[in-house]
Amino acid sequence: MLNRTADSVARATPEPLARKVRGISDKGLAWLFISPTILLLLAINIFPLFWAIYLSFTNYRANRPNEVVRNVGLANYKRILGDQDIWIAMQTTAHFVFWTILLQTLIGFTLAWLIDRKFRGHAFWTTIILVPMMLSPAVVGNFWRFLYEPQIGLFAYAVSFVTGIPATQIGMLSNVSLAPWSIVIVDTWMWTPYVMLICLAGLRSIPEYIYEAAEVDRASNWRQFWSITLPMALPFIMLAVLFRGIENFKMFDMVNLLTGGGPGSTTEVASITLKRQAFESWRTGYSSAFAIILFVAVFGLANIYVKALNKVKQR
Amino acid sequence: MKSTLKLTLGLTSAMFASTAVSNVAQAEDLTLCWAAWDPANALVELSKDFTKETGIGMKFEFVPWTNYADRFLNELNSKGKLCDLIIGDSQWIGGSAENGHYVKLNDFFDKEKISMDDFVPATVVGYSEWPKNSPNYWALPAMGDVVGWTYRKDWFSKPELQKEFKEKYGWDLAAPTTFDQLKQIAEFFQKREIDGKTVYGASIYTERGSEGITMGAMDVLYSFGFNYEKPDKPYEMDGFVNSEKSVKGLEFYKALYDCCTPPGASNSYMGEGVDAFKSGQVAMHMNFAFTWPGLQKDENVGGDKIGYFANPKGPDGDQFAQLGGQGISVVSYSDKQEAALKYIKWFANKDVQAKWWSLGGFSCLNAVVKDPGFPASQPYAQTFLDSMAIVKDFWAEPSYAPLLQASQKRFHDYVVAGQGSAKDALDGLVKDWTEVFQDDGKM
Repeated sequence: MLNRTADSVARATPEPLARKVRGISDKGLAWLFISPTILLLLAINIFPLFWAIYLSFTNYRANRPNEVVRNVGLANYKRILGDQDIWIAMQTTAHFVFWTILLQTLIGFTLAWLIDRKFRGHAFWTTIILVPMMLSPAVVGNFWRFLYEPQIGLFAYAVSFVTGIPATQIGMLSNVSLAPWSIVIVDTWMWTPYVMLICLAGLRSIPEYIYEAAEVDRASNWRQFWSITLPMALPFIMLAVLFRGIENFKMFDMVNLLTGGGPGSTTEVASITLKRQAFESWRTGYSSAFAIILFVAVFGLANIYVKALNKVKQR
Repeated sequence: MKSTLKLTLGLTSAMFASTAVSNVAQAEDLTLCWAAWDPANALVELSKDFTKETGIGMKFEFVPWTNYADRFLNELNSKGKLCDLIIGDSQWIGGSAENGHYVKLNDFFDKEKISMDDFVPATVVGYSEWPKNSPNYWALPAMGDVVGWTYRKDWFSKPELQKEFKEKYGWDLAAPTTFDQLKQIAEFFQKREIDGKTVYGASIYTERGSEGITMGAMDVLYSFGFNYEKPDKPYEMDGFVNSEKSVKGLEFYKALYDCCTPPGASNSYMGEGVDAFKSGQVAMHMNFAFTWPGLQKDENVGGDKIGYFANPKGPDGDQFAQLGGQGISVVSYSDKQEAALKYIKWFANKDVQAKWWSLGGFSCLNAVVKDPGFPASQPYAQTFLDSMAIVKDFWAEPSYAPLLQASQKRFHDYVVAGQGSAKDALDGLVKDWTEVFQDDGKM
């Protein structure tokens, strides 16, 4: 019945079209289907990348459309690598990435380990803990700005209550020493649940029989943690670190909302510098070069890290 | 049947006609781009008269100050057709003229007999001319603005505070005329209990992201003797930008920030300043004049409780103030330039300008501001006039954006973050600005 229908459809198909369709191989048909996606990817992802690489070798400024674009060779790259402000921004970024990842991993894993105990109401607490990461960064940035406010902010009052320091002296966003930590605290608050979730997946993937075998061998809880839990959850922890590392390296929204890079330039991470050069100073060529340097740095570090991750997984 | 047919035909024709008319009206609608602030609301009200007179509808695209430059400079750079008319910031004039964003208005002014001599000279130079001090006009002065100060008249007039102040400083507590006096008053009020509330000395500009701290610091530096360049040698900045007097001025601004601002005021600009004053936190408040009508009307701090004063004098008696405000321009990428020019012609009219002032806009037309009744027309009118007579403006070069970014960074690093000295900050600024002008081939 089915063959007969197919035959009749084939016979009804006009000859030239039928010949054309019959002429396409499976591979050709597959290419035909995925080509729109590939074209879209090329247009919005690959082309801008190559265009940015081209611009990075020019003196192009987007706000001077009538000006002649000159090739300046490696001048933009040399200028960036010799610019002290850029290095300070990179240090600020490194500080931010290091502390946020360290805190998020420690707290996230601890929370996951506790939730994995499956105590009474653990599902409820899991949901509560996940709330911060479900919020928009714009909302988080704005309400933390109010929380940090020294005259009316709850955070300042809480710290004042504990330490005895007057709340008006706790300028989390205006004090040079405290401002970088204010961003670390907010990012940790928001994204620790994400790390917790990945770690929880890792912990839940450890087969129960391994613990049972360890129990038979009379291994202590401590021993079980170091010899079973941690090694088996390690690839998941490393994955969480990779995701958060890449995200935080390009952190922009939270810093922009909380401090705008200030006070002075103390919280000016690389992405804020990049935005200022590209869209405020309109040094398009220069900022393209900076973007390429950042891209290569993140890409290179991520590759090295992924290789390490694969080694851990193979163990 | 015949009548039914006629009715149907009639209705159909009417429908077509009304669609066609509404399409024409739609096509003629002008879009005016500006910042989202109080004067913009006044302009919406004022523009209703233009629509009544000409039948041309007005649409408005208002963007908050923090994104105003980003949004509209992007629009202009991409040759967008969103704005037919734009009230662009004074510092954009160089770039917008040289990059062809604005229509040159000289021929139009000649044809319509609009004379720039009829406008306050500082606003013509600041908002319309490029190159500066040359008769090349790219905008009609639209919104006069200048940095000045408001103060709590009710606090200043408390007998117990007056007595204490006189004993401490040896002069009567009143609106300051010098920066030294301003700082003494600010110190006097800092952390003082008034009506059961802790209050602070002054709110000043410290914002990092756009232009805040530059506008504030410059407002002080000018009166201390700061100059952008050697008067007879353009772009020669060493010894002028970083002169001893400039250093003293920047040190003063930092001292004022350190001693006398409310806690956490490290990123404060127009909105934050207004909030600080309205909530009764500060005795004095630095801000652009456009904020004054709103403050005057405020139930808690307006009316008899508020006073105004122009930027005080520096140590050598020099007195300048930072120019704000904008001119209105026709965007060269607009398809409705003719209608946009009609709007400019209408806006230049004396009666319209008088109404503009009465609604809360700041007219730049001599006929309005030099009217004998003007100083008494609003409690802040005289201060506005005094301030407009002493204005100076930031660079209006095509490269104003990187020039501004450099000063934002240098000033914020020193004043708010306390990094380095005032001399380091200004030397650094000379270096940054020199690089920008070298890149532009101007040095």
